[in-house]
Amino acid sequence: MTSASKTNDTALFLFFIFMVIAGPILLAPIGASYPDLLQKFAIFGIFAIGFNILFGLTGYLSFGHAAFLGVGSYAAVWMFKLLSYNVLPALVLSVVVAGLFSVVIGYISLRRSGIYFSILTLAFAQMMFNIAYSVATPITNGETGLQIYNDDPQWLQGADSPLTTNLFGLKMNDVFWRPEYLGFEAQFNVGYYFCAIFLIIAFYVALRINRSPFGMMLRAIKTNQNRLNYTGISTRPYTLAAFVISGMYAGLAGGLWACMDPLAGAERMQWTASGEVVLMTILGGAGTMLGPVLGAGFIKYFEAIFSKINDQVLHSVFSFMPEGADNFIVAIVHPFVGKGWHLTLGLLFMVIVIFLPGGLIGGLTRLGRLFRRGQSDSAGRR
Amino acid sequence: MDAVLLQILNGLDKGSAYALIALGLTLIFGTLGVVNFAHGALFMIGAFCAVTLNKVFALSSVAIDPVKTDFLGNPLKVKTPYLEKWFGDFGSLLMDWSVPLAILVSIPVMLLIGFVMERGLIRHFYKRPHADQILVTFGLAIVLQEIVKAFYGANPIQTPAPAAFVGTLDIGVMLGFAQNAISYPYWRLVYFCFACLVIFCVFAFLQFTTFGMVVRAGMADRETVGLLGININKKFTIMFGLAACVAGMAGVMYTPINSPNYHMGMDFLVLSFVVVVVGGMGSLPGAVLAGFLLGILESFASMNEVKQFFESIYLPSIDQVIIYLVAVIVLLVRPRGLMGRKGVMEE
Repeated sequence: MTSASKTNDTALFLFFIFMVIAGPILLAPIGASYPDLLQKFAIFGIFAIGFNILFGLTGYLSFGHAAFLGVGSYAAVWMFKLLSYNVLPALVLSVVVAGLFSVVIGYISLRRSGIYFSILTLAFAQMMFNIAYSVATPITNGETGLQIYNDDPQWLQGADSPLTTNLFGLKMNDVFWRPEYLGFEAQFNVGYYFCAIFLIIAFYVALRINRSPFGMMLRAIKTNQNRLNYTGISTRPYTLAAFVISGMYAGLAGGLWACMDPLAGAERMQWTASGEVVLMTILGGAGTMLGPVLGAGFIKYFEAIFSKINDQVLHSVFSFMPEGADNFIVAIVHPFVGKGWHLTLGLLFMVIVIFLPGGLIGGLTRLGRLFRRGQSDSAGRR
Repeated sequence: MDAVLLQILNGLDKGSAYALIALGLTLIFGTLGVVNFAHGALFMIGAFCAVTLNKVFALSSVAIDPVKTDFLGNPLKVKTPYLEKWFGDFGSLLMDWSVPLAILVSIPVMLLIGFVMERGLIRHFYKRPHADQILVTFGLAIVLQEIVKAFYGANPIQTPAPAAFVGTLDIGVMLGFAQNAISYPYWRLVYFCFACLVIFCVFAFLQFTTFGMVVRAGMADRETVGLLGININKKFTIMFGLAACVAGMAGVMYTPINSPNYHMGMDFLVLSFVVVVVGGMGSLPGAVLAGFLLGILESFASMNEVKQFFESIYLPSIDQVIIYLVAVIVLLVRPRGLMGRKGVMEE
C-alpha cells in the first residue's frame, strides 16, 4: 500500500466498498450479522479512521478523542428533541458542533507537542466529561443521560411520521431483508446501510487526504516537525486542520450512534472510551488506511463475543475434558471473559504495543513479504 | 478569615496525595524519561495493600453460641478474630492500627512491583517513541486495575483509621477563632504530616547521599554518567522502585480518607499529570509545589461563596473544572510550568 499508485487506491477502495456492502452476508457465519453489532462496526470504523488522520498520519497522540464523540451524540439527541426524529439535521449539527469544539481544543492543545499534547487532550476530555456529568446538567441531563421524552417540543415532527429515528420516513431500525443461507441468518438493516454510506464516504475522504499534498504535509510533520519549521513552513495550520477533521469524524460517529439509538451519556466521553479508539487504531495498524477499520471491527466483535460468555458457556465449551481439568480451566479463563473483558482488552493492548507495533496490517505485510521472498527465492533457483 | 484557613487545610490532604503521586511521576520521568501512565495504578495497589492487611487481620474463627440465637432464630455465630484470640489486647491493637502497619507491608510489595515493572517492561521501551511508552503503560494500568477488580470487586471498601485518630481537631480554638470554626479530622492531619515526611526523605535522599548524587547526575546527563563507568541502569531501576514505593505509601495512607475502589488510580492519575505539567516537567520541587497549590485551589473552588460568585457569571460548579482550566492557562502563558526548565520533552 506504500506504493503510491492510483490503481492500487482504486482497487483498495472498491474492495472496501464490496466488504462493507456485503458485510451482513460475510459476517453471518461468525455470528456478527445482527444490526446492533454491524452498526457499531461502521460507527467505530468512522471514529477510528478519523483518529488515524491525527495519530497515524500526523503523529499526534490524542487521549481525549471520545469527548468529540460524546459532543456529537449530545448534539444529535438535542436535534431529535427540538426538531424531529429525522436524522439529517442531527448529523449536520453533530458534525458542526464537534468541529467547533475541536477548533477550540485543538487550538490550545496543539501549542504543545509530544506528551504534553497527550496530557492536554486527556485533561480536556476529563474536563468535558466532568462538565457533561455534573456541571452542565440542564444540557446533558447528567448521570441519567440525555434521552427523548414525550413532552419534548419536536417542532418539525409531522403527525404521521414514525416515532423512531428515520430518514424521511425510512426507519433506522427496520430490517428489510433476512436471507438465510447455509443455516446462517443474515440481517439487512436500514441503519447499518445508512452508517455504511457514511463509512464509505469517510474512507474515501481519508484515502484522498492520504494521497493529497496536505496528507504529504501531515506525514512530513510526523517524520520531523523541526526540519519543517527550519524550512520556514508553519506547521500549526496543518496540525489544526488534521485535528479538526478528525474531531469532525468523531462527531459524525457520535451523531450516527445517537441516530441508531437516540441516547447520549457522559460515559461515552470517559478516558476509557478515548483509550479504546487508540487501541483500535494501533491494533489495526496506525498510519494504514484499512487498519483502523479492521481494528474497530476486531475490538467491537470480540467485545460482543467475550462479554457474552459466562461460566455456563465455558463449561459447555470445555466439557470434553476430564472432570477436574474442566473446572480448573474454567476457573482460569473466567476472569478474562464476561465482565472481565476489559482485562483481556488491556492485555491485548500491551501485547500489540510490545510485539506488533505495526498492528494487524503491519503484521500481515511483514508476513506477506516473508512469504513473497521465499517464493521469489525458489523462483530464482529454478 | 477562618473560612479561608479552613479551605486551605481542606486542600492539604488532596494536595498531599497529588504531590506524592506527582513526585513519583517526576522521578520516573526525570530519570528514565518515561511517562508512566500506570502510576495511578501503583497508587491504587498501595491502597489495596492496606485493604488486604485489614482483611487478613480481621480473619476470624467462627464459633456457635449454644445459648443465644440471632434475630432469625438460628444459633448465634460468634466471630473472634484470630489475632484477638492469640494475642489478646495486643491483637486488637494490631487490628486497629492495620492501616499504618500496611505501610510496612506496602514497601516491599511496591519495591518488588516496581523492579519487575522496570526490568520486565519499561526497560524495553527506552528507545521506543514516547507514544509507545504511553500506550504500553496505559495498557498496564488497565490490566492492573482489572486484576484488582477481579479480586476485590467494584465497590469501594471501607478501611477505617486507628481509633486514636478518629474525630476532629479544633484548630480554630488554638488560633483564637470561635469554637468549631475550623475543625479538622485528625487523620487528614496525619496524612499531611506523613506526606511532608516522605517528600522530605526523598529530597534528602537525593541531596545528601552518594546514590542520590549519581541519580541527579544521571537526570542531568545520562550518557556522561554512563561513560564514567557507573551502572546507571541499575540505579534507575532502584529509583523506579522508590517512585512506586512513594505512590504505594500515598495510597496506603489515603484509604481512611476515601474508601478505595479499583478505578481510584486513574482518577488521581489524570490530575497528577496536570500537576506535573503545571509544576514543570522534570522538576521535583515544582511537582510538590503544584500538587499542594492545586489541591488548595480545588478546595477553594468548592467554597460556597466562590461557587455563587462563578454562578453569577454563568460558570456553575467551577470546582469540577478549575484544575483543568488552570492547567490550560499555565500551559499557554508559561509553557514550561512553574519551576520547569525550558524545552523539556519538546520534540
